[in-house]
Amino acid sequence: MTLNRRLFMGAGAAAAATLKAPVLLAEGHGKPNVVVVGGGAGGATAARYLAKDSDGAINVTLIEPSRTYFTCFFSNLYIGGFKEIDDLGHNYGTLAAKYGINVVHDWAVDVDREAKTVSLAGGGSLPYDKLILSPGIDFIGGSVEGWDLSAQNAMPHAYKGGSQAELLRAQILNMPEGGTFAMVAPPNPFRCPPGPYERISMVAHALKASNPTAKIIVADPKEKFSKMALFQEGWANHYEGMIDWIGSDFGGGNVSVDPAAMTVSIDGEVTQVDACNVIPAMKAGRIAEMAGVTDGNWAPVNAADMSTKADPDVYVLGDASQQGDMPKSGFSANSQAKVCANAVRGALTGSRVFPAKFSNTCWSLIDTNDGVKVGATYEATEEKIAKVDGFISSTGESSDVRRATYEESEGWYAGITADMFS
Amino acid sequence: MARLPILPAALAAICVAGAAWAEEIGDAEKGADLFSTCIGCHEVGAGARDRIGPHLNGIFGRRAAAHDGYPYSRSMQRAGDDGLTWTFETLDAYIENPRALVSKTRMSFRGLKDPRDRADILAYLRDFSDNPSDVPEAEPTARATDHDLDPAILAIQGDPEYGEYLSSECLTCHLPDGGAEGIPSITRWPVEDFVVAMHAYKRKLRPHPVMQMMAGRLNDEEIAALAAYFRDLD
Ligand SMILES: Cc1cc2nc3c(=O)[nH]c(=O)nc-3n(C[C@H](O)[C@H](O)[C@H](O)COP(=O)(O)OP(=O)(O)OC[C@H]3O[C@@H](n4cnc5c(N)ncnc54)[C@H](O)[C@@H]3O)c2cc1C
Ligand code: HEC
Ligand code: HEC
Repeated sequence: MTLNRRLFMGAGAAAAATLKAPVLLAEGHGKPNVVVVGGGAGGATAARYLAKDSDGAINVTLIEPSRTYFTCFFSNLYIGGFKEIDDLGHNYGTLAAKYGINVVHDWAVDVDREAKTVSLAGGGSLPYDKLILSPGIDFIGGSVEGWDLSAQNAMPHAYKGGSQAELLRAQILNMPEGGTFAMVAPPNPFRCPPGPYERISMVAHALKASNPTAKIIVADPKEKFSKMALFQEGWANHYEGMIDWIGSDFGGGNVSVDPAAMTVSIDGEVTQVDACNVIPAMKAGRIAEMAGVTDGNWAPVNAADMSTKADPDVYVLGDASQQGDMPKSGFSANSQAKVCANAVRGALTGSRVFPAKFSNTCWSLIDTNDGVKVGATYEATEEKIAKVDGFISSTGESSDVRRATYEESEGWYAGITADMFS
Repeated sequence: MARLPILPAALAAICVAGAAWAEEIGDAEKGADLFSTCIGCHEVGAGARDRIGPHLNGIFGRRAAAHDGYPYSRSMQRAGDDGLTWTFETLDAYIENPRALVSKTRMSFRGLKDPRDRADILAYLRDFSDNPSDVPEAEPTARATDHDLDPAILAIQGDPEYGEYLSSECLTCHLPDGGAEGIPSITRWPVEDFVVAMHAYKRKLRPHPVMQMMAGRLNDEEIAALAAYFRDLD
């Protein structure tokens, strides 16, 4: 790792920007530095677009502890048996080799916004002119009584990529005949609004094949959820009698768990379970809080460029941001990253900055070839990212439409992962 | 009518194909109707031009990716270099499931499952292959569906730099290398076809909720910019 001293000075930066030409571009030194924290849907995309489009005019450093990023998107399909875990893993080799991104496999542990540096767990710190944080989520301690991170092996959350999903699938496949699977669903706002319900569908799909008398209980602190009519229709069609969803009106929010005893208490009634997925309440990844750009659980941002309300040189993307109407999804994070990269590049090199446009589509698989989707487009207004237009699959669609929808989701997975990593 | 295949490759193909060629391969008249599934992308007949796909005159006996001036995918070029030649069998396999034969082909076509339909289309196409210097004149050229888009819209010169920025939104789903895995390829299309397709979504003439929404908020200049950018994307 190189620890460049920060040679790029404020006055020079302003001059470069107004001249619309990167004048301070002597080899390596003096080039503006962008540090991106988090190599997921938001961070990998932002780093890739910045490096690709600036043709070497910006030093881009990406800080990410993992060498392989396992997508959360499609991890439910892995749980259902439609994907292998390796299908979900992606590495950073191309970002480094093809675009010259300095990929640092480490944790960012602090941000000094006065000195404009990011410090690393492995020691040392990196200077930045612009800092982009896309750390995803962390869980709010104590949000599910009886559960904390030390219980994540007994009762996995499987809400961050990789090994947690593997653990949950193994536990589901190991359930005794006729056993019980429970999910504690999260309160709003949380990452991937249809995620828990797609997961329930995939768990039901796996159990229907291996353990058809098994039962599924969902304790939900909400009254309704994303694509609810579509999921309920699908559950009735494919998994009749298997799934018991308990919403907040029936005490679904009054929950505690005992990971040692493998029990779940819902509105006072205690049930012995054989596998349990606890998805706690969420907040921005901790580094956003340490950088001092959060207000409450999330980091408020300006819609036009994703800069934080707290600091114009610090940007927050994806799940960690509080931006307005977009759901917390990989598609949203990727979309926000491209708007942000265009704005950051413009600010540092004087390149053209185009108006922000955002979009999102979330597909969910209910059963084999039964896909549904919901999507919308968004624009930047003064106060937030605001929804422009949207659509949702309808109940009662033909099986051809549902199959085409599923096939599209596969196309999208190939598209977004190429847009992040290739 | 004299039937003299001019290419040695075609001769070879006929010998290899053997029995299938001795008989009628299918009903060319039915094939003319069934060609409607191809016509959005391919022209055939006198004066046929390359559109989203290459024109298909003289396809029998030709190597894959051998038509000059058409921007084939790398995958198709590789198949041609490896010796893939269009015979009844290879064409039949390609239109049954394009990606099974040419894994990353830019042809976004789901495939025709019915062997009878495929045989009929191929019988029809063979009429435009037997003697390329004498492509049937009487047949009206099968062309992409007409449109009523204002010529002023088609005349707009797109700004490719703006197109590049706008394209980033499309590349969450569409692959930049022209691959088509559940979502069609949109690279290297003629500008006119691209603009017509986008306006058809925008005006909700083409069904599809995602694309109607995406196209719905693009103005004429933005569509032109995207068409210009994707035309040259390689
Ligand atoms: C089960 C499930 C299904 C989903 N399905 C879909 C779907 O179908 N479609 C969709 O669009 N979205 C889906 N999502 C949501 C999607 O995964 C997230 O919204 C998306 O990953 C958010 O991107 P991000 O960049 O904000 O965070 P992430 O992608 O989580 O990336 C954050 C990265 O930051 C790193 N990081 C964190 N802290 C630090 C630090 N201090 N220093 C360095 N690195 C750090 C992490 O290691 C991680 O790699 C799903 C999520 C789940 C859980
Ligand atoms: C959605 C547009 C589309 C449709 C519909 C379509 N094609 Fe294609 N076709 C293409 C494209 C694009 C290519 C070039 C493929 C490549 O380069 O990988 C192609 C290539 C071909 C080729 C190879 C041409 C060559 O010169 O090597 C044949 C043969 C062909 N198509 C036949 C058909 C037939 C027959 C149909 C209808 C049953 C059809 N196509 C439907 C777009 C289409
Ligand atoms: C959310 C995913 C998604 C995004 C984003 C998206 N598309 Fe599409 N696109 C699709 C799907 C799915 C289809 C197939 C639609 C159909 O069957 O008509 C399609 C079809 C198309 C077609 C017609 C292809 C054909 O073979 O006829 C064009 C052209 C196109 N898109 C252009 C674009 C452009 C330009 C953008 C960006 C402004 C874009 N798309 C953004 C999913 C997407």
